[in-house]
Amino acid sequence: MPQYSDKVMDHFTNPRNIGEITDPDGVGEVGNPVCGDMMKFTIKVKDGRIEDVKYLTFGCGAAISVSSMVSEMAKGKTLEEALKITNKQVAEELGGLPGNKMHCSNLGADALHKAIEDYMEKNKIKAESGS
Amino acid sequence: MKTINLDYAAAAPVEPAVLEYMLPYFKEYYGNPSSGHSLGERPRKALEEAREKVGILLEAEPKNIIFTSSASESNNLAIKGLAASAKNKGNHIISSTIEHFSILNQLKTLQKNGYEVTLIPVDRHGFLSLDKLAEAIKDETILISIQTANPEIGTIQPVEKIAAIAREKGITFHTDATAAAGWIPLSVEKMGVDLLTLAGDQFYGPKGTGALFIRRGVRLTPLIEGGIQERGLRAGTENVALIAGMGEAARIASENIEQNSKVVAAQRDKLKESLLANVPHLHLNGHPEQRVPRNLNLSVEFVEGEALLMRLNMVGIHVSSGSSCTSQALKSSHVLSAIGVPPELAQGSLLFTLGKENIADDIPYITEQLGQVAGLLRNMSPLYHQYLKEAEKNAPVQ
Ligand code: FES
Repeated sequence: MPQYSDKVMDHFTNPRNIGEITDPDGVGEVGNPVCGDMMKFTIKVKDGRIEDVKYLTFGCGAAISVSSMVSEMAKGKTLEEALKITNKQVAEELGGLPGNKMHCSNLGADALHKAIEDYMEKNKIKAESGS
Repeated sequence: MKTINLDYAAAAPVEPAVLEYMLPYFKEYYGNPSSGHSLGERPRKALEEAREKVGILLEAEPKNIIFTSSASESNNLAIKGLAASAKNKGNHIISSTIEHFSILNQLKTLQKNGYEVTLIPVDRHGFLSLDKLAEAIKDETILISIQTANPEIGTIQPVEKIAAIAREKGITFHTDATAAAGWIPLSVEKMGVDLLTLAGDQFYGPKGTGALFIRRGVRLTPLIEGGIQERGLRAGTENVALIAGMGEAARIASENIEQNSKVVAAQRDKLKESLLANVPHLHLNGHPEQRVPRNLNLSVEFVEGEALLMRLNMVGIHVSSGSSCTSQALKSSHVLSAIGVPPELAQGSLLFTLGKENIADDIPYITEQLGQVAGLLRNMSPLYHQYLKEAEKNAPVQ
């Protein structure tokens, strides 16, 4: 087994926000063809903020911790803020990931961003270009 | 918390009698077996006794056994050693898609150095296609290397038939018997092999021990050059204590092989039945019967192996997985994909290797825990939720 930080083990042991929101405002799904992992994020949006977020994950220990961490980081954030969550931040929040597990952290933030983009598309909201 | 080791292939405790047997060779009989004076006598004798005992395990002449540091080294000496010495005869080597990496990786290197390699496919149970093997043989073929049993799915190959094909064409035949030695009866004569690899840690001997049977007349170029130890095929002072330990472990194994195999296979079958009956969506990998007695390989559908392994570890159950995430290679097991296991199922594979210790009382606990862990992980698996939705859609309306 790879060496995981205590934080990773904590999220792996007690994953937060597992599940699927039944009538979600946005859905984001990603899969990694290399190792066949999958993540699905569903979000509920209220007044421009992520009111609720749930996920399903098929993947390794790191992938499970990553999705749990992403869900915690996203909750309560505005869409713009949540879109700024990077894979690197997720890995940092988890106290680091073993080198060969860094790609697992890509999945989490990507799936969340996809769910937000899905919501924006459905509601014809344009993401701030930032300039 | 109780710990239950179901990963004996990775590591097993050294048999207490073996440990006792080794100790004097670290202390009183520490001499160098190559020494001309009397301190070398006993260690030298220990080596010869170990050769005899490993010989008995394989029904081989002791002088045809060479000691190495591991099965990997034996495999390297057999293949690279033969390839180098037979270069003038040809450059083609035949092996299979499900060999251990200590074979496959060196074949890749040999390919870069101008050798040609053909890997023969296997069927869904892991059996080598004998027809394809026969077809692959060319005038340039110098070596066929096919494992006796697969360490991951346990499948036992028809080695005698393969050896007969090789012999008929005058091709050297090597078999990696690491997963088999000590667990199924082996005879280099009956099998008809020219080279055979084994490792001591697979049958309660110490780690860091390996042996290679080399039939008389087979010429190998040594990998480690120096002195004349091990008939000049492996230079360096022999690891006397460990070799003595491997020999003693081989002796104990050969005396008990039938009994051990029977007991272990019975436990393995009980475990298999209990798991299959109580945990839904499990799939057996490899042949139902033609497998090494201590091996059980199951795929747990809808979940991934490393997560399973971590969860089981938390409740004291140690298993191994062929999934990408544990092999650190980020690919699923080459063996499972070679036998056609779909990637999602290969990801969720669990490899159990039992020891001769009694686990009968632990089977209900293992079953319950695997059921719980699988349930927990499935609960967060998008694949499982997808499956439930489909099932609901397809259910007959009441
Ligand atoms: S998700 Fe593939 S290794 Fe972690």
